[in-house]
Amino acid sequence: MRRFSWVNLLLLLAVLLLAVVPLAFGLGSGEEPFSGADALAEQAIVDDHPDYQPWFSPIYEPPSAELESAFFALQAALGAGLLGYYFGVARTRQRQRDAVDRQRG
Amino acid sequence: MHIAEGYLPPEQAAAWFVVSAPFVVHGSRALVRQVRADPDSKLLLGAAGAFTFALSALKIPSVTGSSSHPTGTGLGAVLFRPPVMSVLGGIVLLFQALLLAHGGLSTLGANIFSMAIVGPWVAYGSYTMVRRAGGGLGPAVFAAAALGSLATYGVTVAQLALAFPDPVSGVGGALAKFGGIFAVTQIPLAISEGLLTVLVVRLLSRTSGDDLRRLGLLRPAAEVRA
Repeated sequence: MRRFSWVNLLLLLAVLLLAVVPLAFGLGSGEEPFSGADALAEQAIVDDHPDYQPWFSPIYEPPSAELESAFFALQAALGAGLLGYYFGVARTRQRQRDAVDRQRG
Repeated sequence: MHIAEGYLPPEQAAAWFVVSAPFVVHGSRALVRQVRADPDSKLLLGAAGAFTFALSALKIPSVTGSSSHPTGTGLGAVLFRPPVMSVLGGIVLLFQALLLAHGGLSTLGANIFSMAIVGPWVAYGSYTMVRRAGGGLGPAVFAAAALGSLATYGVTVAQLALAFPDPVSGVGGALAKFGGIFAVTQIPLAISEGLLTVLVVRLLSRTSGDDLRRLGLLRPAAEVRA
């Protein structure tokens, strides 16, 4: 593999490592390990300001945790799909340009 | 960084809308201008939006034992400048508020301010400073994405502290409390986000050199390595 690919692979591995280490070492804390920071902040507000009433509630709420994660998966899939499409198109275009350049010499 | 629906007092929620609105209006104009002036960059613009869309859906565990998500706004901020990201980031936040009950419509102004305005501007500022100091494309993009992500969460902490001062220690205590929830958690995520953004820019430098040169990321003479 060329240097370019090696560096890319190392970047990906580093990202994976950063995500896996907390899991592998069981760093999860609290009642529900690795719960979302957004939810923790909400909980902190509820704990310290018991009289605060949220004055607006979500118009639509996924009926279950499964469906919520389905929506998150959909979001990630749409994003990753479009990104992948982009790189497919861009790579093909670049190859065609390279081919034209070579023909012209 | 998503402040939940209804979790800002009405006046503060409204104030954040007022603060964010001009940025989004200006950003929409910038977006239209960008597409008109440079139609070839439309697909790349979509890719930058897709990057935010995908990354902000990823909950990643962190060393603090909780989890959080990247913002993905650094890439677009560096490629297309921050105003464009106020729109793209806003769309992501709107999607999450409407379908996922994540964030909210009442807190949309505040969340747009942190993720779609301050994050991208800090990202762009960091990128420019590193480049001016003679840093390469890779380090500049890393700094942009990582610091933009941290700044986004910093703004959320400040917004929550202003809205919910600690009953005993006031706004300062609340800053420490919400900072404890978000800041340390976000550090490894900001690093991940920086590395991922560098990876994407490296790939772009291979497939889309012409676009990057036009957008000013690469110098006209081929600067191949990111």
